[in-house]
Amino acid sequence: MASVVPLKEEKLLEVELGELPSWILMRDFTPSGIAGAFQRGYYRYYNEYVNVKRGSIARLSLVLAAYVVFNYRRSHKELKHERPRKYH
Amino acid sequence: MNENLFASFITPMMFGLPLVTLIVLFPSLLFPTSSRLVNNRLISLQQWMLQLVSKQMMSIHNTKGQTWALMLMSLILFIGSTNLLGLLPHSFTPTTQLSMNLGMAIPLWAGAVITGFRNKTKTSLAHFLPQGTPTPLIPMLVIIETISLFIQPVALAVRLTANITAGHLLIHLIGGATLALMSINTTTALITFIILILLTVLEFAVAMIQAYVFTLLVSLYLHDNT
Repeated sequence: MASVVPLKEEKLLEVELGELPSWILMRDFTPSGIAGAFQRGYYRYYNEYVNVKRGSIARLSLVLAAYVVFNYRRSHKELKHERPRKYH
Repeated sequence: MNENLFASFITPMMFGLPLVTLIVLFPSLLFPTSSRLVNNRLISLQQWMLQLVSKQMMSIHNTKGQTWALMLMSLILFIGSTNLLGLLPHSFTPTTQLSMNLGMAIPLWAGAVITGFRNKTKTSLAHFLPQGTPTPLIPMLVIIETISLFIQPVALAVRLTANITAGHLLIHLIGGATLALMSINTTTALITFIILILLTVLEFAVAMIQAYVFTLLVSLYLHDNT
């Protein structure tokens, strides 16, 4: 059950299932912590897709697709009434 | 359909939070910066495009006018990218809001005019009277020129708003018409679909042209006044 690396620094996929609640509580939720998490996520994405010498169009399409999905979720409430159904 | 036609233009809120801030800031994610000399493909493309545009647009100004280069380049990038992103399905275009366009147009125009008045007062005042007017017409012409000066920022903002909003509305309407016609008469639906495709191509062009026009006019006002 106990792992080799101390619990605080483990990545999510390597945490064992029984330890998950304590792992979640141990991540710091201060504003600087959240900003740090966003920064780390952005740089992982950036280094994989943008910083390569010959990037492809897949990178931009990924971002735009995520943007479309985000907007669809946002406007779902108004779009519900436009479905071609007999009873709305 | 009647109520929903304008529903895509209301300011997006989620849980009472102004989501519109995020949407306005989103295009900046698509333009990464780098401090290297030789960059990856995306940044090189953007740098090349920016150089092309800035050379073409700032070449008519003198030294004092060229201090505005950063402002005008960011303006054209912002308007172009927000307009193009607004063509994606379900997205919200901030430039359809008159408030935002007025907020962009009035400070820029006022800055150009006030710079002209402070530094070259005589020349700026001379703009009110075109050369070679017959003497009896002078008072009326001064009034007309004053009105045309004050209408410039309003025209800038309303032009951008109206063009983008009208394009989006047309796409909504024709798309809805195509969907409704598909079950009734397929040929007409096909014709309407072709119209929709043409309209989308037009919208792509309009998105970029509007950005260009806005920036060009601001730079023209600047040129008059420096």
